[in-house]
Amino acid sequence: MIRLTIDNIAVTVEEGTTILQAARKIGGKVVPPAMCYYSKLKGSGGKCRTCLVKVVQSSAKDPRPMPKLVASCSTPAQDGMVVQNITSPEVVEARKGIVEFLLLNHPLDCPVCDQAGECDLQDLSYGHGTEITATEEYRREFPVTDIGDLIQLHMNRCILCYRCVYTAEQLTDQRVHGVLYRGDTAEIGTFIAQNIDNDFSGNMIDVCPVGALTDKTFRFKSRVWFLRPMDAYRDCRVCKGKAVIWMAGDEIYRVTARKDRFGEVEDFICNECRFDHKHPEDWVVEGPRSIKRESVISANHYLQKEDPGVIDPIKGTIT
Amino acid sequence: MTNISGRVIHKQFEKEGKTVAFSPETLEKVHTLIRRYPEGYQRSALLPVLHIAQETFGGYLTVDVMDYIAELLGLLPIEVYEVATFYSMYYLEKPGKYVIEVCQTGPCAISGGETILQFLEDSLKIKAGETTPDGLFTLKAVECLGSCGTAPVMQVNSRFYEKLTTEKIILLLEALREEAKIEQNTSDRWEEQFS
Amino acid sequence: MGRAILLNGIEIPGIRNFTTYRSHGGYSAVEKALREMTPAQVAAEVTRSGLRGRGGAGFPTGLKWSFLDKKSDKPRYLICNADESEPGTFKDRFLMEHLPHRLIEGLIIASYALGVKTCYIYIRGEFKYLVGILEKAIGEAHRYGFVGENIAQTPFSLEIYVHPGAGAYICGEETALLESLEGKRGNPRIKPPFPAFKGLYGCPTVVNNVETIATVGPIITMGGEAYAAIGKGKSTGTKLISACGNIKKPGVYEIELGLPVEEFIFGEEYCGGIAGNKSLKAVIPGGSSVPILPADLILNTASGTPRLMSYESLAEGEFTSGSMLGSGGFIVLNEEACIVRNTWNLTRFYHHESCGQCSPCREGTGWMEKILYRLEHGEGKMSDIDLLERISKNIEGNTICPLGDAAAWPVASAIRHFRDEFEAHVREGKTFHATVGKETTN
Repeated sequence: MIRLTIDNIAVTVEEGTTILQAARKIGGKVVPPAMCYYSKLKGSGGKCRTCLVKVVQSSAKDPRPMPKLVASCSTPAQDGMVVQNITSPEVVEARKGIVEFLLLNHPLDCPVCDQAGECDLQDLSYGHGTEITATEEYRREFPVTDIGDLIQLHMNRCILCYRCVYTAEQLTDQRVHGVLYRGDTAEIGTFIAQNIDNDFSGNMIDVCPVGALTDKTFRFKSRVWFLRPMDAYRDCRVCKGKAVIWMAGDEIYRVTARKDRFGEVEDFICNECRFDHKHPEDWVVEGPRSIKRESVISANHYLQKEDPGVIDPIKGTIT
Repeated sequence: MTNISGRVIHKQFEKEGKTVAFSPETLEKVHTLIRRYPEGYQRSALLPVLHIAQETFGGYLTVDVMDYIAELLGLLPIEVYEVATFYSMYYLEKPGKYVIEVCQTGPCAISGGETILQFLEDSLKIKAGETTPDGLFTLKAVECLGSCGTAPVMQVNSRFYEKLTTEKIILLLEALREEAKIEQNTSDRWEEQFS
Repeated sequence: MGRAILLNGIEIPGIRNFTTYRSHGGYSAVEKALREMTPAQVAAEVTRSGLRGRGGAGFPTGLKWSFLDKKSDKPRYLICNADESEPGTFKDRFLMEHLPHRLIEGLIIASYALGVKTCYIYIRGEFKYLVGILEKAIGEAHRYGFVGENIAQTPFSLEIYVHPGAGAYICGEETALLESLEGKRGNPRIKPPFPAFKGLYGCPTVVNNVETIATVGPIITMGGEAYAAIGKGKSTGTKLISACGNIKKPGVYEIELGLPVEEFIFGEEYCGGIAGNKSLKAVIPGGSSVPILPADLILNTASGTPRLMSYESLAEGEFTSGSMLGSGGFIVLNEEACIVRNTWNLTRFYHHESCGQCSPCREGTGWMEKILYRLEHGEGKMSDIDLLERISKNIEGNTICPLGDAAAWPVASAIRHFRDEFEAHVREGKTFHATVGKETTN
């Protein structure tokens, strides 16, 4: 076991743990935001740069600081490491810059985007961005491409996190989409006209941090915060059948996987559960899904289970 | 590519379903290349094999060609598409018989590279990025070709032409038009580069 | 001070061929290393020579070699980085074209020192004709028993293969190169793990620049100490400088490190002065990514001492008043050169070459290009200049690989030293520059 401090809070983790995972163990505000890293997808991380942190002491053995900010998702923690996240003005500034880059070519179409209300990029820009847009340039515009009946691709919204590519690669054996071209014209696509269709393709929707991949069967049906998310399960031969059903009245509007407090899917679900079972009698309801208090989805609904309190490293109080 | 307006121009391609196959001699060469990499890592041969494929099958990579290469190297087609769209030397659409690539980067730019391109545009009556209607020339504005000491430079089908002047361009275009009438010399094909 | 170590023998007709090269002492360094020295002794000699990576970073070669994972039982690889693509740099091309056997000799000795049995030369695809030259040279070395089994009648065996890229500057970054060599997109890897532990095919790997490897032979011949005696301070030995731009004699020069910059630019032996009897305006001394310096700061440091062609001297004053030796791509601009246009041009290059993997580089390079395009084409605003500075700062240091820095430095340094020229572009608008540059499409 190794011991490190992040924003002056000590934590003990197993060797090989990344700084980000160590921070997640502490929880609360010291957890760096992550737009591309996904603990369940091998090879993910390092790309979006939102989780950059400052290492002021590399380890007990080597007390030198690291020369640059490092991606906490892919930098292993060391014994005696001293990390600054929100206690470092440099990190806060750099992160503002990263948010600005991610928003640079992202369309301001939240009012017509199905992801609104559960979008990591929205959360990121509220939490870590600035109010003003400095750019006056035209935003990047991709031609619209069709990838099948179940999933809607809006390339303009994509931040190239590569999560959907890893999902296709690691959950299925016939990946048909990938990252094409390069630089700021790189895009997610199939290159030739074809559908992305396999038992687990729907998970690409859940792992997408933005509204680039959304559920076509749920398109424009409802804003997510008007729905009641319920934990539910069903006997499924393909997956564990543990899902969240999003209801209004007695109707199921959509089915998604269950996400943990860091926004990651707990168990991937199959397309049959996601797309083919929209009758309440298909599911056994466990109860209301716990949603973060600060999420717009939990507004005006019901009280949620309390999260254990964590120390705010700047104020020194429990939040 | 993007342009200043922000619009990205990417085409959706189609599989034509044409049969594609290397000649036995070329196939043997390809297998020699594959054997240069350790067992199980035949994917390493992808870049050189795509070069050979591009030259063999009409100067560009069609979906059929890429699918054939994927099969040859035991890859998923998308893995080949991802690579082919990343590197600038692979063409996805049929270029002219002669692809003229004029360097526009730093040292070439300050040594007249922009004038050379302008002159070629005027002479060929096409813009950079276009192909002449007779299919003979494709003109491209490209980034650094690594020949800054002999700027301005360009490549025609990967052959260097250096210290360019408009006079040299006139002569070269004439020579290429003549050469196009006869069987092409193939000694500088990719296949021939590997021993 | 011109000194031929690396380019020794270049004037000999036919030196590209094995027999000529051999008859002029070629491959004797291989015989010496393999027959008379242990691998550790060879490595020690390289460390003693003070040789630093000639690709741009200037990292001590001996130290880099020492990082190679010795506990691993996997095969080790030596990769020669011949993806020379940094604008202004064409020295490796020159060396490979004229003295391919010097590179092969270096590869054999380095492989022996590192315990490597397979080498790949990753060369940029645009140098197609060099693939043929290198393959032919390797074939010759094979025939004469210097590549293959039992080299020079010793138990050491080695295979060398040439691997062409296909048009991507980013593949000069060592982990992008490895990805590309594995047949993938040239996306740089997230480090750690470093190539010394997990490189090609997950095996311990050393990636060295062409010139670095080619220097190993001469070091073995003359001894590390003798090599270290050449040059100045920690900038030991000689370096190939590829000079271009507005000078009388563009070309590749082998210089002893420590040569005064002034002598290099104006000396008859080197660049021969500024072309067309114009005056010197600025120099980008180490490939297009390093900070540009105005005439006064390239000739003398801020403290008034003559600036020398060495890692230390060119960096003196850091980014406030200094630059870097980098890859040795020496780009000279005369009084007529427009700094804004040049900066836009280089930014367009980095924008074009960004792999697109990480957000600061993918988005930031394009943003800078658009702003610089507007500035150069008379549609800029004063606030754009500060914005450019801020963007470059947000990219620098925050990306996966050094391409972010490479894109940020030219912009930051151009504004630092030539702010008035940017402001003039804004003030005078369209009348300032009427020519229209092209978007590139490769």
